[in-house]
Amino acid sequence: MAGALNPSYFVVLSAALFTIGIYGALSKKNAIAVLISIELMLGAVNINLVAFNKYFTPEAFSGQIFAIFVITVAAVEVGLGLALIIALCRRRNTTALDDLDWLKW
Amino acid sequence: MMTFPFLTTALLAPVIAALIIVFLPKEKVKFYKTTAAIGTGISLFISLYVYFGYDQATGGLQWVDFGRPIPWIADLGVTWHMAVDGLSLPLLLLTNLIGFTAVFASWNVSKRPKELMILLLLLITGVMGTFVAQNLFIFLLFYEVVVIPIYIMVVIWGSSKRVTKEYAAMKLTIYLLIGSAFLLVGVIALFVKSVALSGTADMSFEALAQIDFPEQFQIYIFALLLVGFGSLLSMWPFHSWSPDGYAGAPTAVSMIHAGVLKKIGGYGLIRFAIYVLPLGANFWAPYIAVLGVIGVAYAAMSALAQKDLKYLVGYSSVSHMGYVLLGLASLGVIGVNGAVAAMFAHGVMASLFFAMIGFIYERTHTRYIPDLGGLSHYAPRLAAGFMLAGMASLGLPGLVTFIPEFTIFLASFEVFGWLAVVAIAGIIITALYILRAGANTLFGPANPQFKGLQDLKGPEMVPLVVLGSVLVIGGIMPSLLFDMIDSATAPIMTQINAALQIGGR
Amino acid sequence: MIEFALNYAWLVPLLPVLSFLTIVFLTRPWARLSSAVAIGAMLGSFLLASSLAWGVFTNPAFIEEPLHYSLRWLGMEGFTVNAGILIDPASAMMLFMVSLVALLVQIYSTGYMKGDPHYSLFFAYLSLFAASMLGLVISSNLLQMFIFWELVGLCSYLLIGFYTYKVSAREAAKKAFITTRIGDFGMLLGILFLQIQFNTLDLLELAAVIPNFAQLGVSLGLLTLIAILFFLGPVAKSGQFPLHVWLPDAMEGPTPVSALIHAATMVVAGVYLVGRMLFLFVEVPGSLTVVAFIGAFTALFAATIAVTQREIKRILAYSTVSQLGYMMLALGVGSLSASLFHLWTHAFFKALMFLAAGSVLHALHNKADVWEMGGLIRKMPITGWTFVVGGLAIAGIPPFAGFWSKDEILLVTWEYARHGHALGYLFFAFAALTAFLTAFYIWRLIFLVFFGPEKANDHVHESPLSMTLPLLVLAVLSGVAGLIGTPWTNLWSTWIHFGDAHSGEPAYLLMLLSVVLALAGIGLAFILYCKDQDKQAARSLAKKYPALYNLSYRKYYIDEAYTWFTRKIVDGGAKVIYLFDIYLVDGVVNGLAALTKGSGQGLKYLQTGKLQTYALIFFLAVLVLTVAFNLDSANALAHLGGVK
Repeated sequence: MAGALNPSYFVVLSAALFTIGIYGALSKKNAIAVLISIELMLGAVNINLVAFNKYFTPEAFSGQIFAIFVITVAAVEVGLGLALIIALCRRRNTTALDDLDWLKW
Repeated sequence: MMTFPFLTTALLAPVIAALIIVFLPKEKVKFYKTTAAIGTGISLFISLYVYFGYDQATGGLQWVDFGRPIPWIADLGVTWHMAVDGLSLPLLLLTNLIGFTAVFASWNVSKRPKELMILLLLLITGVMGTFVAQNLFIFLLFYEVVVIPIYIMVVIWGSSKRVTKEYAAMKLTIYLLIGSAFLLVGVIALFVKSVALSGTADMSFEALAQIDFPEQFQIYIFALLLVGFGSLLSMWPFHSWSPDGYAGAPTAVSMIHAGVLKKIGGYGLIRFAIYVLPLGANFWAPYIAVLGVIGVAYAAMSALAQKDLKYLVGYSSVSHMGYVLLGLASLGVIGVNGAVAAMFAHGVMASLFFAMIGFIYERTHTRYIPDLGGLSHYAPRLAAGFMLAGMASLGLPGLVTFIPEFTIFLASFEVFGWLAVVAIAGIIITALYILRAGANTLFGPANPQFKGLQDLKGPEMVPLVVLGSVLVIGGIMPSLLFDMIDSATAPIMTQINAALQIGGR
Repeated sequence: MIEFALNYAWLVPLLPVLSFLTIVFLTRPWARLSSAVAIGAMLGSFLLASSLAWGVFTNPAFIEEPLHYSLRWLGMEGFTVNAGILIDPASAMMLFMVSLVALLVQIYSTGYMKGDPHYSLFFAYLSLFAASMLGLVISSNLLQMFIFWELVGLCSYLLIGFYTYKVSAREAAKKAFITTRIGDFGMLLGILFLQIQFNTLDLLELAAVIPNFAQLGVSLGLLTLIAILFFLGPVAKSGQFPLHVWLPDAMEGPTPVSALIHAATMVVAGVYLVGRMLFLFVEVPGSLTVVAFIGAFTALFAATIAVTQREIKRILAYSTVSQLGYMMLALGVGSLSASLFHLWTHAFFKALMFLAAGSVLHALHNKADVWEMGGLIRKMPITGWTFVVGGLAIAGIPPFAGFWSKDEILLVTWEYARHGHALGYLFFAFAALTAFLTAFYIWRLIFLVFFGPEKANDHVHESPLSMTLPLLVLAVLSGVAGLIGTPWTNLWSTWIHFGDAHSGEPAYLLMLLSVVLALAGIGLAFILYCKDQDKQAARSLAKKYPALYNLSYRKYYIDEAYTWFTRKIVDGGAKVIYLFDIYLVDGVVNGLAALTKGSGQGLKYLQTGKLQTYALIFFLAVLVLTVAFNLDSANALAHLGGVK
């Protein structure tokens, strides 16, 4: 095991995933793509949670449990998000985020 | 000592009446007007009972509800401490006198009378609470209770003249809130400091007054409180809400606002600012006096230029509050007695005035003085009420307003010399604008346009009778009022003077 | 009865108060009943007052030791007011005089005001006035006195404006109140000074401490200032120059009011007050000179105006101003007894003339111009002859009342001048000239109204008994009231005096002078207005000197000056301040509101509505914060790497 796996690999992986997620969430014009990007970010968080749990507090399970929580919440969020997008799509016939600016002044 | 919670009962009576009215059907107009009258009547009765049952020889806080302060939020030193002394009693009585008569002054309101009565009752409770709370936190709490009903009442039942009623309501509310923002900053700083100095958390006025705050700190905090209470008292130059607000507000709100709500400012200055921060008061007193004198002269002159009755009384009340400030600034027993008594007297007078103007407006649909004239031929009782209020406003000896003015003059003349003369000269200008308004509204040839004008009758007579008799009785026997106030101010001023001696000034 | 009256002196003002309350709250709908209540109460007061006066005048002890009792009315640390009653011969005289004139005027009013819709109210006001005036007279404390002082002013206001439908009445009432308020302002300052410096307002206590003012650390200059300020109140109330302007206008009120308030009682309150406070004025001779000067000047000044006036009541009003000037002059030269003596006689003959004038106006239905009257004495003999008695009294023909009192004033002024006051000769000249003018203008009035050819006045007839009876009583009093103060048996100055009682030898030369002056005035009036049927001489005189005539007829344009001042300066200033308020003060307030609103308007463009922009800002902010918070912990990354 020596030299093989240490936390920095996980951190780098999760950071990469998170950055990709941010980039996607901020730049994609399509709502579904944004949703997918958010899932990526959540996945990044999960990796961190599980990895840190494994390396720092191996006797406790709080990191694992949190990850499960996050997965659950993510599922709910996707469900809600998709439902919203479908509703939007039906009413406005679009999923482009740039068109959804009716909250401006 | 009495343990029955008289004061809490007095506070709750209007609330309960309001609750009953909520559940009454909309059509039963008479029924819930009567309920409101009974609710405020109970409070009035209790305050009279307490007033005349108060032992002036003993002095201090009496009629403590439940016999002791009930702890509420221990960490902040908040207790349900309801009690009265010679300072709060006149104002408590005033509140209930005006609250009771305000119900009758709005007897004829036909627009959503149910909601009006509910809000009015809540308003009265809020004002009353500020005067009986002996805990700073509760005092502020009740003060905030007052603001919201006023906004709603002005917007729904107000009238638009020079400015729209929405503007007036907004101005009124924002001024009150800005005032309370300043207050809040001051109060929090004071409380934090008091905990640091004394080690215990206690927000009661008495406990705070025992603490010797450093002089520089007192000066800063007093300035904050002065702006807060001052804008509530319509101290120049924070007065401009007063004429617009009163002109926009419906009768009952004008009565309560000019009559008692304003007095929370003066009451707060004595009960809290001066009492707790004597060194700060001492520092600011000359400035307060100057602002007071400017207020007197400036508002009196502005009133002279008014054509709308409510604006006239609005400016006039700014002018009268200048006297109150002047009395307070003298920081002596005579001046402070005069200031408190002047608040009482002005409250009675101003609310009678507004009630009468309200009745005139109800009948003629105008308050513009050049449109009026000769009303005394059709409505002699109305005219009598108007003149009575007017005479009280110009400080006619024999009415309740004179002796307070005289004592304020006496104290301020002694302390400030010729500065006070400007304020005393205000009595001439006051006479000028009051008599002009009276002459042009009530006297002169009968105006055929107002033929068939109804005189006051039935329930409408209540404000005239109740407030009018207070004006006269208080004028003939000023000691009824002054002995009461003196029982509170004398010890307070002794304590303050002692603090000033130690403070080395 | 006397014992009772002395012990219950407070009943004298209380009875009219009760009748006021009864009328206002109970009997107002029944006119006759109301007047009966008022007159009954007044009669009670009068009986009490006269037995009281009898008690005081027959007991010399009261002259030096006034009856005084008081109760605590108001008290706090450093300021105590004991309200009470102070009865000495001066106040006893006033009580008697006021209640008597008030009673007569009320009886007169039952005829004069008959049929008026506010008949009951009129009697209520008269009662309130009588109560306040009587209260003023017996007050033992300056503050208490000031309260009544203002209350009589209020009654005066209400009664001048009694005909509320008349614009002129309402304006006159307002003017009266405000003008006297200006004086009250000064008086209030004086009272405040007295309280601050001497710590009491009780008249007797003040009289005891003021002579020692120097020991109390009060400078003479300050005391002079106090006296002058204090004097402003009497100047306004007693119609002295330059605050006399309200008094002639006050004639807009019903005539009984003019007789009672604006001739006999209220306007002399100023004189009475200065008399009461003479112990203050004598300490500062400068202030006494001011009093004397104002008095002498007013006497002459008003007399010159009265010469050309045309309205019957206006002539009498200026005559009142002039006579009040006499009283002030007498006070100014230090003679309380001469002043109050003239006050006493003046009350009767002036009330008489006013009531007689009222009777004329009643008959002529309020045509007031004397030039349109004439020969009325044949149709209204009682009115006419009683008026003549009044005319003789005011002109100073012996043995009528006015002669004795005016002579006394001339005498004390002369003696004042002889005792080294150079100004005294000027005052004496003023007084003598006034005596001549007085005789002239009053007899001008009498000749124009009652004698000469009859003008076309149908249906003129004598007034009813209720009105003529008071006239007769007053005529008798105008005849004899002066006899208690003749130089031979001067009871008056043994009763009422300040300092030592005056006991001079009769000055026959002065008497002669005063009679000659009076006769000259009457004679001139006779030549101009009676003998000369067409009044050609009088008219041509006015034409010949139009500037002088107009100056007098227009009352020296003083009213115009005041009007200009109020309109332009006061109202103009008010307008400026109001504009300042709504544009500058309110401008700042609205400006702040606009600033808040404007910044909101500006910042709203940050709300693009684009979710991703918000998210970007959000993440950037998190990044910035993370970096910022971890800058100082330089080993944060090292910490991460250093695990294991």
